[in-house]
Amino acid sequence: MATRGSLFDLRWIIALLFGVYGVVLLILGLGFETDEDRVKTGGFNVNLWVGVAMLVFTVLMATWALVRPLRVPDESK
Amino acid sequence: MLLADANFRLDAQAVDYVLLGFYFVIVLGIGLMARRSISSSLDFFLSGRSLPAWVTGLAFVSANLGAVEVFGMTANGAQFGIPTVHYYWIGAIPAMVFLGIVMMPFYYGSKVRSVPEYLNRRFGPASHLVNGISFATAQVLISGINLFALGSVVNVLLGWPLWLSIVVSAAVVLTYTAVGGLSAAIYNEVLQFFVIVAMLVPLTIVGLHRVGGWDGLVDKIADKTNELNSWPGTNLTGIGDATLSVLGIVLGLGFVLSFGYWTTNFAEVQRGLSAKSMSAAKRTPLIGAYPKMLLPLVIVIPGMIAAVLSPELASAKAQLAANPGTATDVQYNDAIKLLIRDVLPNGMLGVAITGLAASFMAGMAANVSAFNTVFTYDIWQTYIRKNRPDAYYLKVGRTVTVVGVLAAIGTAFIAAGYENIMTYLQTLFSFFNAPLFATFILGLFWKRMTPAAGWSGLVAGTLSALAVFVLANSGAVTWFGSPDSQGPSFVGAGVAFVVDILVSVLVSLRTRPKPDDQLTGLVWSLTPRESRRHTSDGEDSGWYRKPSVLAGGVLVITLVLNIIFW
Repeated sequence: MATRGSLFDLRWIIALLFGVYGVVLLILGLGFETDEDRVKTGGFNVNLWVGVAMLVFTVLMATWALVRPLRVPDESK
Repeated sequence: MLLADANFRLDAQAVDYVLLGFYFVIVLGIGLMARRSISSSLDFFLSGRSLPAWVTGLAFVSANLGAVEVFGMTANGAQFGIPTVHYYWIGAIPAMVFLGIVMMPFYYGSKVRSVPEYLNRRFGPASHLVNGISFATAQVLISGINLFALGSVVNVLLGWPLWLSIVVSAAVVLTYTAVGGLSAAIYNEVLQFFVIVAMLVPLTIVGLHRVGGWDGLVDKIADKTNELNSWPGTNLTGIGDATLSVLGIVLGLGFVLSFGYWTTNFAEVQRGLSAKSMSAAKRTPLIGAYPKMLLPLVIVIPGMIAAVLSPELASAKAQLAANPGTATDVQYNDAIKLLIRDVLPNGMLGVAITGLAASFMAGMAANVSAFNTVFTYDIWQTYIRKNRPDAYYLKVGRTVTVVGVLAAIGTAFIAAGYENIMTYLQTLFSFFNAPLFATFILGLFWKRMTPAAGWSGLVAGTLSALAVFVLANSGAVTWFGSPDSQGPSFVGAGVAFVVDILVSVLVSLRTRPKPDDQLTGLVWSLTPRESRRHTSDGEDSGWYRKPSVLAGGVLVITLVLNIIFW
């Protein structure tokens, strides 16, 4: 069936979402941490570290999608 | 009313809205892309049985990770502490393993399209109708709870009136489930799983940092005996006697309630049925069990942190401890919102709000996609309009999705007005699963069980659960726990299970069973081994893809976690 071929790869979508989230949080953590934020978090720069973690996760998802790309099954059921 | 109070208003800024908005764009995009892969009703309702196991496995967890779990389990964490982990390590995990190893071969192997359809083939139309209708009703009511929770997040965040928030939230879920079918619902559930984790993990880490780590948290908890040990969990069950309390947890919660929920609830089983092979179907609940096993660390612990960190919640807890039944300013259900408000800066706040919205959308989409399948296949196609072309049922499915969401809007308003009633309904429906599980187990392993036993066992079991529920809530019987604790639901489930088995056996002995040749593939002893077995070549090869290895692994780790938090 031709429709199987158009199935999109979810891993790229996950990578897209967390890539954007990661960059935004990283920028917030690096440049925009306010004193009020530090009171809330007890001094732990959560935006920075979660941003970094999300970008690592993005790289992992993208690598997985690249190394093991989605194969379109050629069988016709 | 939940969240209506101004002090829950989260201080969201432009960046938080951008993060939330970006998420909604992706969710709708998935719906549109999934639409292109739909050409038959099986594509719409079961994703054409084509999904890989990691996708269905994560969706399996997400489908359950709705408002009831996120608010309810953090609330239990805040109220009872560590004993809440029993919902996961005694409840969910063994049941998920059982579903994957024992029951999935019959669901997937017999090619049924829903759980009620299995009942129809095994016991005939009477049990089928009882289960089909009660399940469809339950799904509409529960999706109303999720929709109300979703609407209240939007209400708090944007300040829109509650009715508008509910309608807009419903429109988003409707768009992607009606357009993209189960594939869209499942792909979004996987995405939602990651977003929910991205909310819970940082929340736990920052929360622990604020209270001074694990030791700091332990220091601040008043009732150390009950809240820091998982056993005997007398505060959770409300059963004073330690031995009875342990029995209630192991038999009531662990065996009956959880096995009933996880193995017969179609909203869960449907994720497995959409897998692309028998092996992937078996692995669906097993892969799901790994994240499920770790979830209490980031759900129960934040609840416990909220109860010591949030001044409002800490004072409410002290008041309730001194005088149960006092009206307090905040409820345990508010635990996670209070913690998000108190510890997350803008940016992470946006991620957390997105996580809450994601969680309620996942829950609701699971309810809606299970509802439309059962309604279309089990009620419409079986009893009302038979033998139409497949395209007709695809169209019915889309229409029923719209109807289901509209009905959920209605039940969301019921939830808004009568929150307690909805909680009761939830408890009631949890009772329906216990007799259903008894009927399944007996029917699966005892070929002598007759069609008449099928429906009469279900009805008798449900009625007996109802009787326990009424006795507990009227205060007439108190030895199995007070009405506001979990004890009565554990006992009710146990009673329902036993009554169902007794009635089924007695009725079976007096009525005629179905002939053996009609039960092939539906009963253990009449199903050839080959048709239960999965292939282990191609994409199903490798030791780490063996269902038995996955099952053994998760059971061992769960046992270790149980011992650590003893």
